[in-house]
Amino acid sequence: MSAPAWEEKERAELARTWHEREGILGRIVSVDHKTIGRRYIITAFGFFFLGGIEALLIRLQLAVPENRILNPDLYNQIFTMHGTTMMFFFAVPVMLGLGLYFVPLMVGTRNIPFPRLNAVGYWFYLFGGVYLYLQFLGNGGPDAGWFDYVPLASSQYSTGHRVDAWVQIINFTEISALIVAASIIVTVFKQRAPGMSLNRIPLFVWAMLVSMVMVIFAMPAVIFTAGSLNSDRTIGTHLFNPAEGGDLLLWQHTFWFFGHPEVYIIFLPALGIISSILSAFCRREVFGYTAMVLALVATAFLGFSLWVHHMFATGLPQIGESFFTAASLMIAIPTGVQMFCWVATIWGSRPRWEPPLLYVVAFFLLFLLGGMTGVMLASVPMDLQVHDTFFVVGHLHYVLIGGALFPVLGGLTFWFPKMTGRMLSRRLGFWSLGFLFVGFNMTFFPMHELGFHGMPRRVYTYLPDKGWNFWNLVSSIGTVLLAIGVVLFLVNVLRSLYRGARAPQNPWGAETLEWATESPPPVYNFLRLPVVASRSPLWEGKELPVVTGLALDRREVLVTGALDGAPSHREEVPGPSPWPFVASITMSVGLIGSVFNVWWLPAGFVVSIPPAVAWYFTEEKP
Amino acid sequence: MCSPFRSLSRLRDVLLLGGVLLAVGPGCQRSSRTLLETAPMSAKAERDRPARNPYEDNAYAMTEGQRLYEWYNCSGCHARGGGGIGPPLMAKTWRYGKEPGGIYTSIVEGRPNGMPSWRGKMPEYQVWQIVTYVQTLDADRSIASPPGPREEHMQAGEGASSR
Amino acid sequence: MRRTAWSAALLLPFTACRASYSALDTASPEATRITNLHWLILWVTGVVSLAVIAALAIALTRRRTAETRAGEGRRARAVAAAAIVSTALLLWLLTASVLAGRAVATPVGPGALRIQIVGHQWWWEVRYPADPPSDTVITANEIHVPVGRAVLLELSSTDVIHSFWVPNLNGKKDLIPGRPTRHLLRPERTGVFEGRCAEFCGYQHAHMGFVLIAEEPDRFATWLASERRPASEPIDAAARHGREVFLSSACVSCHAIRGIGAFGHKAPDLTHLASRRTIGSAMLPNTDGPLAGWIVNSQHIKPGNHMPPNLLPADDLLDLVSYLRGLR
Repeated sequence: MSAPAWEEKERAELARTWHEREGILGRIVSVDHKTIGRRYIITAFGFFFLGGIEALLIRLQLAVPENRILNPDLYNQIFTMHGTTMMFFFAVPVMLGLGLYFVPLMVGTRNIPFPRLNAVGYWFYLFGGVYLYLQFLGNGGPDAGWFDYVPLASSQYSTGHRVDAWVQIINFTEISALIVAASIIVTVFKQRAPGMSLNRIPLFVWAMLVSMVMVIFAMPAVIFTAGSLNSDRTIGTHLFNPAEGGDLLLWQHTFWFFGHPEVYIIFLPALGIISSILSAFCRREVFGYTAMVLALVATAFLGFSLWVHHMFATGLPQIGESFFTAASLMIAIPTGVQMFCWVATIWGSRPRWEPPLLYVVAFFLLFLLGGMTGVMLASVPMDLQVHDTFFVVGHLHYVLIGGALFPVLGGLTFWFPKMTGRMLSRRLGFWSLGFLFVGFNMTFFPMHELGFHGMPRRVYTYLPDKGWNFWNLVSSIGTVLLAIGVVLFLVNVLRSLYRGARAPQNPWGAETLEWATESPPPVYNFLRLPVVASRSPLWEGKELPVVTGLALDRREVLVTGALDGAPSHREEVPGPSPWPFVASITMSVGLIGSVFNVWWLPAGFVVSIPPAVAWYFTEEKP
Repeated sequence: MCSPFRSLSRLRDVLLLGGVLLAVGPGCQRSSRTLLETAPMSAKAERDRPARNPYEDNAYAMTEGQRLYEWYNCSGCHARGGGGIGPPLMAKTWRYGKEPGGIYTSIVEGRPNGMPSWRGKMPEYQVWQIVTYVQTLDADRSIASPPGPREEHMQAGEGASSR
Repeated sequence: MRRTAWSAALLLPFTACRASYSALDTASPEATRITNLHWLILWVTGVVSLAVIAALAIALTRRRTAETRAGEGRRARAVAAAAIVSTALLLWLLTASVLAGRAVATPVGPGALRIQIVGHQWWWEVRYPADPPSDTVITANEIHVPVGRAVLLELSSTDVIHSFWVPNLNGKKDLIPGRPTRHLLRPERTGVFEGRCAEFCGYQHAHMGFVLIAEEPDRFATWLASERRPASEPIDAAARHGREVFLSSACVSCHAIRGIGAFGHKAPDLTHLASRRTIGSAMLPNTDGPLAGWIVNSQHIKPGNHMPPNLLPADDLLDLVSYLRGLR
């Protein structure tokens, strides 16, 4: 059925106005949220593979006692790189990428409000990762853990540039996270479709919004903390030096004040993905919308009051520790409420057994187990036995892989048709999930046992007479299955990109606005911006009303009220520009150079001023 | 519109290459660590003594040298560079020069007026680590290995808390 | 008690490993209290998790029903009930945890045995302070305690953060430079328990273990008295020569042997080395072969540790070993 002539004309004009340049240059200057979001996701998975190789090396070394594959120096670098890569370069950026891609689509707008700033965010993230790995390849990878406790991470016990690299990449990754957070928060509050009041926002968008507000509070804390370590290491301050009046626990407090919310920043978008998948596959709104939203907000709040549970062994006063036990236990309640609401959503519906739904089921099983061990760790006396053992390694992987990676893979499976216009193979989806699930449990479940039997964390080998040999070997064999599952998922993605079945606009019959446009969406997202009257716009039973009157010859978006989504005014957003890329290079050179000589930092800053000015004042004419 | 971008990509390549060399080049040398040293005693090694310090500019050797400086009680006479019974090592000029080979000889052979000979008591690689460290005590030179806890330049005691 | 037996039975396959080095094999009231708390949490959270999984399974497999107002109300009530029950259970666990925490941290009276433990990178210095101070016993990597008496550990560190942990006896406590901490042990049966460092502290964190021996009070007193004496005299010419080797090599720069004029305090005190069961921080048995190997090149055994290799001539080495093995 061919479109009417006026529609073709509008489409052509929009395509010209929002045109993205071709080729490598086009990629550098692009400011489209989908391009940048896709970049975040792909780059994050690139780092995921690198971190996975590091994990395989760790498990290879620990498969048998007194193994000599890795010497302690290399092992320390590898496990630090594994933690740093996964936490800073995979887990948070992949959520940022999904949010950048889908939040503007779900709220019905054409682009994020700060397109050029977002471009800088991505380049910062990429350059930080490249720098870290270059230094790792030069035998200079950080080796004091991803958490860098002082005094081990001070210049006396971790000399040279290794930990300095860790300190710098904090700047790169956390500034990029702050940039994305600002964009998403403003998008959600000010650029929603008309009629989309606060109580009609999709749950994924709520999850991203709450997570990004957490970013605003948590990331500056770690930038401050890393900066303090940097100044102790390079210019001789004594913030963490007890001999000169500093305090070692200050490091732990400020780091974990960021470190604990960090895992909730990773976890909350995953909860949003689960809601999206479940509502689509059960063909029902998620039960208890208000409770779900309040649960997200409560989790975020409570997430900032848990951090001392990482420090129970440091000899803090008992009553203080009890407060953190209470908070750490209570945070199970909002997550529990979410789980009960999901079960209620499924109850009485007829779910479609597709791979995304199975990822949700896997999430339930794994996260419940992770939650059980989490409750154990929340209790001070219990924690004092298993703290810093493989029990914690088991727990953290159950909640991070079960609670974040499985939902992300399920979400990618769910949204692959929308992002690429092709369907993933169902068979490969089942197989990869099977390998992932079995391999994961085989790798990480024995670790709880190892922890009880006294095996500490962060050890490069162990003596053969401790009774840990069998479960370590089982765990290492499990990583092979896990790796096969990851490879199958990758094969599925690559094959389907070129040979997958073509996807219609809404293959799952889902209800949110991203399914109201083509697969993949055109660069301008929607031909005409939709108007919504309920939480599930595509299930309203009639064709969506649209907004007319937006200019077609300039990049215009509609700005609406924060609470009720009533249209307020039209706003022009900036177009593509090379200057964000240039500015990110100059700043990166400044930051990286400051590791070697502190004067690179002000130099980089000064040299970044011209590109920043050009960025602000130049506009590309289509 | 094309030409500024073309030179821009070339500039970018140069910058990236420079960044790569910056990161990898000095990183290799400065950050390398050898955990399994062979350790001829300084007695035997003296005859085959290498002309230069094998740990020159190596950060790990500096902090190991700092530790050994304490452990072998060099600070008993030289304090943390301020000197006392022994001459100050923070001074611009040293009686026997600041060449690495000369410092090595001072430590292994000893010197008149009180510098003991460590021959046979200290493995050679540890001598070189101490050489690497004491070269950083020059008051004029910016500290190559940034200060650790306390007493880097003070004539103080063991390292207990100042409170 | 019955609950413990049940749960222990369920976990029987796991106890095939050496049971002496496990948090579940308790040898003190503290460890027992913690293990009981563990079973409580395991059961409560396990039941809740299984209930949620069962509800999920039923929800996924039951047939589709039409959506009605009444159905919606029922679901709302079910969710609310589940939330209230979970909250109540968590409050119960919170109470149990706080009470257990207080129980395992009861302050000790003045009759407790005080031991000072100083953490070094990759070994443990153990001091039994006494009055007069010249009676203080200093040893390394092996702690003796009497059964049936509270032991108060005063923990500190000279370099980085370490953590003291004997799973059979109690939880762990960090050793933080500049910030002394205290820890409590109350062994209630004799035995040889293993301990280790539980905070990443550098290259050989993996091999920073120690041995804790709980023994009858009179045996402990005998041991303490013997440790107080200065080093034994060498019994033959070889041992005498070994003592000369010790005093003229690098050893004397770092190690102390009381009574012969060796005062190094950067490395483990060797005055009664032969009375210890292990060397290298509970890495190797304390016998001739491992000891010789350790002296010659400990870097091959424990790479990165602070003891340099010592390429001694063969007979010097043998004499040194025979001297050290006589230091009971």
